Amino acid sequence: MPAASAIVDGLRRVGGGTRRAIARMGFAARFAFAVLMHSPEGLKRIRLTLREIYFSGVLSLVIILVSGLFVGMVLALQGYDVLQRYGASESLGVLVSLSLVRELGPVVAGLLFASRAGSAITAEIGLMKATEQLSAMEMMAVDPLARVVAPRFWGGVISMPLLAALFSTLGIYGAYLVGVRLIGIDAGAFWGNMQSVVDFRRDIVNGIIKSGVFGLIVSLIAVFEGYDAAPTAEGVSGATTRTVVGSSLAILAADFVLTVFMFRGVGVV
Amino acid sequence: MNRSTIDLWVGIFVLLGLGAILFLSLKVGNLITTGSRGEGYHIEAAFDNIGGLKVRAPVKAAGVVVGRVESIRLDPKTYEAQVSLNVEKQYQFTKDTIASILTSGLLGEVYVGLDAGGDTQMIADGGRIAKTQSAVVLEKLIGQFMLEKSSSGAAK
Repeated sequence: MPAASAIVDGLRRVGGGTRRAIARMGFAARFAFAVLMHSPEGLKRIRLTLREIYFSGVLSLVIILVSGLFVGMVLALQGYDVLQRYGASESLGVLVSLSLVRELGPVVAGLLFASRAGSAITAEIGLMKATEQLSAMEMMAVDPLARVVAPRFWGGVISMPLLAALFSTLGIYGAYLVGVRLIGIDAGAFWGNMQSVVDFRRDIVNGIIKSGVFGLIVSLIAVFEGYDAAPTAEGVSGATTRTVVGSSLAILAADFVLTVFMFRGVGVV
Repeated sequence: MNRSTIDLWVGIFVLLGLGAILFLSLKVGNLITTGSRGEGYHIEAAFDNIGGLKVRAPVKAAGVVVGRVESIRLDPKTYEAQVSLNVEKQYQFTKDTIASILTSGLLGEVYVGLDAGGDTQMIADGGRIAKTQSAVVLEKLIGQFMLEKSSSGAAK
């Protein structure tokens, strides 16, 4: 019965795929735990982490600052177009600052960070694995988790909130340039309305928490995909793609969950 | 890239990031209220009702912004709103100036309008505007309209 065996084959493949995916998640969890366990050892050599902050944070500055500025300027143009129809163009500062600080800053900075720094981390660790540098370290009794993985992980975790804050700041400045300087909204109303609505605890602290969580997610996925990559050229390229796709989806999903928790029961401002 | 250059850049990056967080907290989140820049003088005015007036709302004379609302508080004895205005030094107002609370457009921002009179004496720093006009509360207006409508309907 060829039909029946085809069905069994199909089921077997689905089952095998599911089993592998679950096993991989289990490995990822074990890996995350191991990274945390080896972190104190890695953080002792602070210079390694500083170097990673340089590579994932400082080198991402240009793209983060420029995109923040442009996102803010576009928000101001589009927001003004809608708000002025209702005679509420003075609320432009509120619109821009709330959307940047609460959502766009952490999320867009996270997506940019995943594609700029996350992919680089994965490719670097994957290539180290492919060229057997990691095995060589183990042979020399150097723990690659402490020496290679932990600094990259913490470098990303530290850089991400700072990058998100810079993104929001530049965005608000861009909106100020367009709204106040170009369109001519009253500067006092722009800042005053913003200050009376934006709440430190509810909006700014929550935004920083969000960007910290995204930093954890992106860094963990990046180092895991690199460590787990098949030691071939193909394997490294596949792992890099999985880092960008996986961490982008994870950021958006986590953003929804965090937003539900953070702003549940908060009335519309 | 040698060590000290990396250290320098990481230092700059962290400082920039912390500066951004500070900017968001202070300027956007208004964690501490920044004091007035001391470039103007103060005028006090009491209103029966300030409507939706907010601190830092503009003070306008003939449509030109001449200052900002500095503080709003309720007088516990008279139950009037005490509004302190910070007006730029270059603009002097006569003692019989009328302060009124106005709205730009139907849904626009609320501001304080100053209409100067013909008095020769000017308001000094810390002075008080005697004649004020409260905000128009739309609900009261509608209520009045309905009352008139119903009473005129009864007369017929």
